[in-house]
Amino acid sequence: MPARAELLLEIADDELILGWRDSEWTGIAPFLEEDVAFSSIAQNEIGHARALYELAARELGTTADELAFDRPPEEYRCSRLVELRLPEWERTIARHVLYERADAERLQRLKASDDTELAGLAAKIDREEAYHRLHAEMWHERLKGEPRYEAALEELRPLVGERNAHSAELQELWDEMTVVRRSQPAGTTW
Amino acid sequence: MVSESQVWDALAEVPDPEIPVISVVDLGVVRDVRVEDERVHVEFTPTFLGCPALEVMRDAMVEKLRELGAEPEVEVVLDDSWSTDRITPEGREKLRAAGFAPPTPRSEGPTLVQLQSNGFRCPYCGSRDTALENIFGPTPCRSLRYCRDCKQPFEQFKTI
Repeated sequence: MPARAELLLEIADDELILGWRDSEWTGIAPFLEEDVAFSSIAQNEIGHARALYELAARELGTTADELAFDRPPEEYRCSRLVELRLPEWERTIARHVLYERADAERLQRLKASDDTELAGLAAKIDREEAYHRLHAEMWHERLKGEPRYEAALEELRPLVGERNAHSAELQELWDEMTVVRRSQPAGTTW
Repeated sequence: MVSESQVWDALAEVPDPEIPVISVVDLGVVRDVRVEDERVHVEFTPTFLGCPALEVMRDAMVEKLRELGAEPEVEVVLDDSWSTDRITPEGREKLRAAGFAPPTPRSEGPTLVQLQSNGFRCPYCGSRDTALENIFGPTPCRSLRYCRDCKQPFEQFKTI
């Protein structure tokens, strides 16, 4: 696979899988504002994934949906950080903070790229991510020093750059995420 | 053959599906219009990438231009050419009249300090004594604020 398509899939997979995990707070967050916040962040992340898959799809001669949903889970290039199902608030916030910081560095590099199409999309994504970062840092300020939150940061930090070995939780998520699509013959239009 | 100005006039009647008081032209998402014989090429940019109104807007533009007797091509451009600074002055006034506080200029933000400052005006009473309730709101493009003077919660268009 061309290096550019690999990079696009890496970021798109991160955003899709994280968006899916964030959406698991819809309806069950500890209070209403955070229910709204994580639902909105999830919608943004999946929107970013769609745009990135579209660029990759043009290069690979396929479609965004096929890239997002028709690959086997072992071919996903996402970080292990985003795969985990985290029903604990402190671990969710720790992941949010670690991801947004790493993603900010990645977007800065992409915005400076000679590839104008990729740099332009990264800049557009970054405008939206600025609000995710504000939200993450607001929670970091609120929770820092709390033992459970600090332990979650220590636990999850090593997973940020881990892309080679996936967890069993990615397989479970993939089963849920693609169950409706797999229930119909390939090529079905929705 | 249709003219470019007829195309712009027609697009000015296509509402934003989520905030129908404002058109796609007011929003500044129509980036370019080119007319070649019967073919009309329109470039437009999403506001937020996850906006579910994207396809609805594109289809509504296509339908509107067909009514002019043109063969429309509406291309979605995924670059960084749109920001809330592209919303027209008329668009900003329509937003305010409908109870949505228009976005502040791009140069001012966003930072947490700025969002918690008194730079945001209540669209109902005009007071600047407003508080940030939630960075996120009912759609990706809006935050929630509260006016301490008229005690009215309101939706603030995010600056991006």
